[in-house]
Amino acid sequence: MSDMRELYQEVILDHNRNPRNFGVLEGANRHAVGHNPLCGDNVEVFMDVEDGRIHDIRFKGNGCAISKASASMMTSELKGKTIEEARGIMAKFHDLVVGGGDESDDMGKLAVFSGVCDYPARVKCASLAWHTLTAALDGSQDPVSTEDKEIALVGIEAALV
Amino acid sequence: MSTATAVEPIVKSAGLDVETLRAQFPILSQVVHGHPLVYLDNAATTQKPLEVIEALVRYYTDDNSNIHRGVHLLSERATMHYEQARIKVQEFIGAERADEIVFTRGTTESINLVAATYGRTHVRAGDEILITGMEHHSNIVPWQMLCEEKEAHLRVVPVNQDGTLDIDGYHALLSDRTRIVAIVQVSNVLGTINPVREMIKAAHERGIPVLVDGAQSAPHGAVNVQDLGADFFAFSAHKMYGPTGVGALYGRYDLLDAMPPYQGGGDMISSVTFEHSTYNTVPHKFEAGTPNIAGVIGFGAAVDWIQKIGVGKIAQHEHDLLLYGAKLLSTIDGLTVIGNAHDKAAVISFVMDGVHPHDIGTVLDLEGIAIRTGQHCAQPVMDRYGIPATARASFACYNTKAELDKLAEALVRVKEVFE
Repeated sequence: MSDMRELYQEVILDHNRNPRNFGVLEGANRHAVGHNPLCGDNVEVFMDVEDGRIHDIRFKGNGCAISKASASMMTSELKGKTIEEARGIMAKFHDLVVGGGDESDDMGKLAVFSGVCDYPARVKCASLAWHTLTAALDGSQDPVSTEDKEIALVGIEAALV
Repeated sequence: MSTATAVEPIVKSAGLDVETLRAQFPILSQVVHGHPLVYLDNAATTQKPLEVIEALVRYYTDDNSNIHRGVHLLSERATMHYEQARIKVQEFIGAERADEIVFTRGTTESINLVAATYGRTHVRAGDEILITGMEHHSNIVPWQMLCEEKEAHLRVVPVNQDGTLDIDGYHALLSDRTRIVAIVQVSNVLGTINPVREMIKAAHERGIPVLVDGAQSAPHGAVNVQDLGADFFAFSAHKMYGPTGVGALYGRYDLLDAMPPYQGGGDMISSVTFEHSTYNTVPHKFEAGTPNIAGVIGFGAAVDWIQKIGVGKIAQHEHDLLLYGAKLLSTIDGLTVIGNAHDKAAVISFVMDGVHPHDIGTVLDLEGIAIRTGQHCAQPVMDRYGIPATARASFACYNTKAELDKLAEALVRVKEVFE
């Protein structure tokens, strides 16, 4: 059971039960859709971005506890951040879940996802919302898939660490 | 007769000595995340007994050489073992002739072979191909690709809420335009055993050939293709205690003989000039290139092993496990089994209120229990039930009721964690 608690920390279970910033953001000017065809998870990220800053961010979707909590905590973390800051956090989060994270990185609350790197099959669950966020920031109209070449490599990368 | 003797067969679990049998699977004795492995992902792939593993080692240690063309002793031995495997597989599924067995990479390639050869020859614009709503992607996509190429139409037999096929719907969908019926005998998600013999009979009355996807049925009960009346029967070795990457296509001889080749290359030809090639006879016409020789020999060893244990005994033991497991899981609040057909193989798909199947899978893994979670390569089945995914426990001859007890206990803990 202790292993399980390393992955499913109370914060993650809490965000799974009560996701923050959940639902459509009316008047969003950035939006992207993400999908994990292997498990059927899907997520939509909505943002109101002005002057390079994320004024508001919401998400909706269907998924496992890891993907839902990740999306929920992502929105909490990024609300009010500049796009540059958001991209920096995204990069650090990526490193954290594939196991290459630098311990000196201050991940704040997102550090609860450090257990994910021990479960290569779940890395895509944790990163789906973040890849969708990137697509929304890039203004990409194509739905994000965890099986897209670059994202699919993330799972392999984690498996090899 | 005393009551004790009357119940004995059930206590002994269909006459299978499961502990002795488990000892033949080295992989099962390992510890996973600190717990003895409980392997319940058999519909994905079964584990391999020593006899199969040893057959692979023996081939590479003693007989490795290319088949059919060599004049040296090793090649003769390898060819003999390869062709003996064909006879074993023929007898296992009750085919009339050994040359009706084509070795492939597995069920998927077997179906693709039929779609690309028989399908391309017989399907024209406006024609229909009839499948069911509970097919694995491997019995959907090859037909979809053929339909796109030929401007033909894919028709789908609906699935009832209990996981059975809408048989009236099937009869209604058989039409003068139907060129092929392709149906799964046992659903990999729902476990439903479809009334394939009756369905084939109805198709044959209209002169329509039927391909049966036997990936999930071949390992779990006696299959006789002649009794079923199947024109094509596709299955994989790795789901029946054999190696991965090898399987078979059974095809009625007259159909195979009339079909064009699948892939071109060595071994599938009689003669080659730059102007023209003539093709080898059935089944070699469909086995281009050096095949998975070791795999085929291992496939033969798996058939021998199953025959030795007894197909009937395996089926009875798995059925006992199914009934026991279904009863156990029905006691867990908030757990819903997807697929409740009366005729059902040892597959239990389920969902739990408030817990995503992925999380169920990870928590069980940490308790040493391997199940499958996700869409099981059957997205239309998920859509049919309006669910994103399921958790699936599937049983094989080496599973025990004690293992199902562990599954049920772990599922109760899953509930506690996510509540």
